[in-house]
Amino acid sequence: MITLGKDEIAKYPFLADAGQYLKDKGFTLQQFGTDPDLRLSVDKALNRVLVSADGKIYKSDLIDGEASKEYILEREVFSFLLAIVLLKLTGMTTLIKRFALAEARRAEKFLEKDLGNISDESKKELAIKIIDDLFSIQIKKQDDFFIIPIANYLTHSINFHEREWKLINRHVENGFVFLTSHETVRLIRKELGNYISSKILNAKTPSMISGFEEPVEKLISLSKKFVTHTVSTGEYPPCIKHAIEVLEKGENLPHSGRFMLATFLLAKNQPVEQIAPLFKNAPDYNERVTLYQLNHLAGSSGSGTQYACPSCEKLKTQNLCFAIPECDNIFNPLQFGKKRK
Amino acid sequence: MQEKDVKFLEDTFKKYYFDNFDLIHVPERTSEREFGFQKFNSGMIRHISLKDDKELHLLLMQNSPSDVYCSNAYYSFPNLPMKEKDWKEADLIFDIDSKDLHLSCRSDHTVTKCNDCNKISKSNDQCTYCQSTKLDNKSLPCKNCIEASKIEVSKLLKILTDDFGIEENSINVYFSGNEGFHIYVYNSPFQELGSRERSELVDYIMFKGAIPETFGMKKLKPNRSLLPNFEDPGWRGRFSKEVYGSKSNKSKIVTELMTNGYSNFQKNLEQLSNKIGAKIDPNVTMDIHRIFRLPGSINSKSGLTKLFCKDLQKFDPYQEACILNDNSIEIKANCPIEFKLKNKKFGPYDNEIITVPSYSAAYMICKNLATIP
Ligand code: SF4
Ligand SMILES: [Zn+2]
Ligand SMILES: [Zn+2]
Repeated sequence: MITLGKDEIAKYPFLADAGQYLKDKGFTLQQFGTDPDLRLSVDKALNRVLVSADGKIYKSDLIDGEASKEYILEREVFSFLLAIVLLKLTGMTTLIKRFALAEARRAEKFLEKDLGNISDESKKELAIKIIDDLFSIQIKKQDDFFIIPIANYLTHSINFHEREWKLINRHVENGFVFLTSHETVRLIRKELGNYISSKILNAKTPSMISGFEEPVEKLISLSKKFVTHTVSTGEYPPCIKHAIEVLEKGENLPHSGRFMLATFLLAKNQPVEQIAPLFKNAPDYNERVTLYQLNHLAGSSGSGTQYACPSCEKLKTQNLCFAIPECDNIFNPLQFGKKRK
Repeated sequence: MQEKDVKFLEDTFKKYYFDNFDLIHVPERTSEREFGFQKFNSGMIRHISLKDDKELHLLLMQNSPSDVYCSNAYYSFPNLPMKEKDWKEADLIFDIDSKDLHLSCRSDHTVTKCNDCNKISKSNDQCTYCQSTKLDNKSLPCKNCIEASKIEVSKLLKILTDDFGIEENSINVYFSGNEGFHIYVYNSPFQELGSRERSELVDYIMFKGAIPETFGMKKLKPNRSLLPNFEDPGWRGRFSKEVYGSKSNKSKIVTELMTNGYSNFQKNLEQLSNKIGAKIDPNVTMDIHRIFRLPGSINSKSGLTKLFCKDLQKFDPYQEACILNDNSIEIKANCPIEFKLKNKKFGPYDNEIITVPSYSAAYMICKNLATIP
């Protein structure tokens, strides 16, 4: 694990062990709800979430990434940890996603600055280590550039659709891709967001703490704004409808979700050419690859095996199931809507 | 294919395998590979796993296959159905085929065979005898085809070693046994990449999707000092060589590029792709579940061997990869194209009964331009 200095925890609070941090400082969550001085941190936390829900980046009290006074620095970290507590109590995934994204953007700025730091070698080393530990990208410094192995670069860059991220538009030499500190950090933006949101999603939800009710109420009513309306997709089961919606919104559908959708539609005898456009909005769409993958699943590309649509049970474990009463007594999405004796 | 032809090819191939066990081996990490084979006039048998050379030789002797294949992928369970195999990684493979190079010589050595009346003609869309449109292309690639493919292979090798940093000794070049070359990269850092990432490698190698900014050309306030130099690594360097030609020319060309502007620059890049990109088959490199012709085995499209090329520049497939025996055999040949094998000229033949060495008979029968009477 990475050892962090005080001001580094303030910059990268998601690296800290939340419970341990509070304990080390000698506080309990209950105290934050009642102690009028500590309540300030709860307000700050609420503000931190609100700013992120608005699509903006929270401006910290850190000056140039350095806190002048110890208590300012502590309050920074508290506000992050308490924001997570509020989010958990609110339980709205949309808010968590937005918060994670905004926090990732914030950390990105510090990372970029630390990477490019020429006067303090240790800052640069730490940034390199964070990126390696979290995302297994081995960065080396060469002249003015940060160089990373091509294979490493590709696994991240294929998530971008801007042409400048294509390998052909990069300085490539002797197995490495040459990047600026800005580009290096940009490369991991999405993963940083995923890392933070999975950390929040996996955190334990505490029971309601007195003094936290009001901000939680506020967040719940705010999150209603973000609930999206479902479009009707006829006879398809909820899991499939959901997957189509996600793609239509241009959001990222995990591999398991794409697999489910593709195998379902193939089993319904939809031709590959009609299925492929569904994936068009996906952030990582590539027509050639999509067709290849669909043909592979359809068994028309040599292997000869057609892949089956996964069972409801399997989909449940992959968080792709959104069962409704009509789903009772079926084992596979393909059975949805068919009368059973 | 007719019974007699099948029998002849099976016997000839079998004799080849029996006499040349030292040429055909299972690849490393054998037990993680999927093998497959085909017999004349029948479908593919896949999902086979083999332990060693002995098992491979047994398979060759027992089944008299027309073609033998092996996966570039490594699986936990290569003999299970595709979805249960558990894919681990795959060697990086490139296919360069002269038929994809659009060479002008191609029409000189390509004929079509009518599926309805079996007659051979030069027409591409309609049989000149019965007007049928069911035609099969038959091409006997020439020396020029092979030399042009070699140039593409050299372009590819340069990118693999200079740009991708792959060690020369982990790259093997094979003659495909028919019209081109297969390039295998073993133990590279790219082993674990999936199709999407490999597709990016493909675009890089083929010079596809380049934008003017990469070559220093900007929409606003372009600056001539940002354009590529001869010494630049990767595509910028290769761009310079192709576009400027010589150092003395550079300044003049740069001025031209600057005056023509951004969108013309973009058009230039697209045209360049055809010239400086290496012409690989993108689908082959992206496919991580495919089985490939096994080195040392015979390609039933030609009767030539898929052979490792020790020295690519000197390599002559019609000499070195023609390894079937030279016992005389009588055939009825309908082969309007002249060709050369083992330094001997054959053809053209107009529906005549002739006696030729087995390797030459096999070549024509494989191409469907001769039969055993
Ligand atoms: S129960 Fe089955 S069909 Fe219904 S939503 Fe879940 S996975 Fe889909
Ligand atoms: Zn005809
Ligand atoms: Zn030719």
